[in-house]
Amino acid sequence: MAVTAENIVPLATVDKSQGYWRAVWSRFLRDKVAVCAGLVAAGLVLMAIFAPWIAPADPLQGTMLKRLSPIGTEGYPLGADELGRDMLSRLIYGARLSLFMGVVPVLIAFAIGSAIGIAAGYLGGWVNTITMRTLDVLYAFPSVLLAIAISGALGAGILNGLLSLTVVFIPPIARVAESVTTSVRKLEYIEAAQASGASSLRIVRDHVLGNVLGPIFVYATSLISVSMILAAGLSFLGLGVSPPNAEWGLMLNTLRNAIYVQPWLAALPGVMIFMTSISFNMLSDGLRSAMDVKQ
Amino acid sequence: MNTPILSAHNLVKHFSAGGFGAKRKVVRAVDDVSFELARGETLGVVGESGCGKSTTARLLVQLLTPNSGSVRFDGKVVGPELPLKAFRRQVQMVFQDSFASLNPRMTMIDSIAFGPTVHGASAAEARRKAQDLLDRVGLDPARFGGRYAHELSGGQRQRVNIARALAFDPQVIVLDEAVSALDKSVEAQVLNLLMDLRRERGLTYVFISHDLNVVRHISDRVMVMYLGEVAEIGPASSLYTAPRHPYTKALLAAMPSLDPDRRTHEAPLAGDPPNPIDPPSGCRFHTRCAQAFGPCATQVPSQFAVAKGHLAACHLNRSEETVA
Repeated sequence: MAVTAENIVPLATVDKSQGYWRAVWSRFLRDKVAVCAGLVAAGLVLMAIFAPWIAPADPLQGTMLKRLSPIGTEGYPLGADELGRDMLSRLIYGARLSLFMGVVPVLIAFAIGSAIGIAAGYLGGWVNTITMRTLDVLYAFPSVLLAIAISGALGAGILNGLLSLTVVFIPPIARVAESVTTSVRKLEYIEAAQASGASSLRIVRDHVLGNVLGPIFVYATSLISVSMILAAGLSFLGLGVSPPNAEWGLMLNTLRNAIYVQPWLAALPGVMIFMTSISFNMLSDGLRSAMDVKQ
Repeated sequence: MNTPILSAHNLVKHFSAGGFGAKRKVVRAVDDVSFELARGETLGVVGESGCGKSTTARLLVQLLTPNSGSVRFDGKVVGPELPLKAFRRQVQMVFQDSFASLNPRMTMIDSIAFGPTVHGASAAEARRKAQDLLDRVGLDPARFGGRYAHELSGGQRQRVNIARALAFDPQVIVLDEAVSALDKSVEAQVLNLLMDLRRERGLTYVFISHDLNVVRHISDRVMVMYLGEVAEIGPASSLYTAPRHPYTKALLAAMPSLDPDRRTHEAPLAGDPPNPIDPPSGCRFHTRCAQAFGPCATQVPSQFAVAKGHLAACHLNRSEETVA
């Protein structure tokens, strides 16, 4: 191809500043793994929202004769569970509660934990010591035990389960936020901002947040799958979601007895949990590298 | 004499190095440092690494709070007499690491414009000012304004850092090893830019470097630091030609020379500086000094005035008038 004036990219357009988010978006689109993960995650969310229109059957209506039908049974494409309810419909409906219990506690804990961790990391000194040692007390409990203890004290129910999971996730998120902020705070552009006379709040808003939220967010999304599993554990103990509601963790627990009879059937909720957590992890990983300006 | 534009009065900064109670250890990073800066002059600060140059710079711009002592701007004590925010506009700093001193998520225009907006300029005003300053430091605002720090070379980044400091319209700029990390040709360009700006805007510089040649080139006066103390301070010409402190002599002897006849045959100074947690008694330099004698190990030397405006903290000059 001949080199003409048209196919040489003019300097002016190369150097023109693209908006930050537009640049992030174009970098994200180039990352095929992240885009696939994003599509799967979006699919799961849509599935949860439109469950009543997609699901072929009532997730709560069982037929005793069809109990533990294998995958591929006529009328039951993914088989039927231990009470003869359509697995496909239950998996679709299950996305609602599972995603809710996986995402919402992590989001709330992300907001609260980041605020605590960034404040502790930026202020440093004794504020940092007191805050982080206090959180370490909570951090020292095994997360399952802590969630059970809080849920147990508050009683059963989705909202109490949500609350206990949120409390469980605040310390680890705050810890990551604190360490990222501490490392950013030592950099000279923060010193330069301090030398400008800006208030601490302004420095945190304009110079710290943009550089720490990415890594904290990626860490937080890795907790979504943990949150779903913990929620399932709470349900199993009768503390979180209660039967007959469809929730993947709860389904995994109730089907565990069927693992010798219909192992593939019993594995299905686990497959959903796995798919959700891996797609969220890869999506957040892709977002992080897309948000990294140094590419 | 006119009021010095910026002066340090008995600045002391100790850092904790662990331990509690009686066993508490402190690093005496800066110990009783005083000096004055006349309007429009450039004071070079030299010394080995760890001698407290950077700590002095950060104390001077109030990024660190001294354990004792004070900084005065135009005769007013910063803090009680002059509000910190007003002081910030007048005294700015340029750091050594050009990359770490720019927010990786901010464009160059935004980085420069941040300062003026803090001090009440509108966003549009601040951007216009940032564009003018980019142009002034030799970077085309249309090409470089929208770029991020990683898209620029070291020299270009340091120009942006200088522009950011200038955006406050300061009277004093503290340059902490600001050209040390640049390669020689770029270093020369940035130095020339600094000297042009000094002339245009009547700026006062504190120029910290370990490069004695560069310091001599740009400075009117030079301060030599050793283990957190001022060893010698004086006009660049007399300090370089007639050093009166053995440490200054050793530093100057260590300067590389292009003249084969002036080749250094043996290291003028052996070993590392002593540990600032437990500095030597008397004169802190006596453990490495070739000319140490009687009082050096026990008595702390005063600042002796060896010539007009030239002070040296060395017992060899005790016949001279004591200043401090």
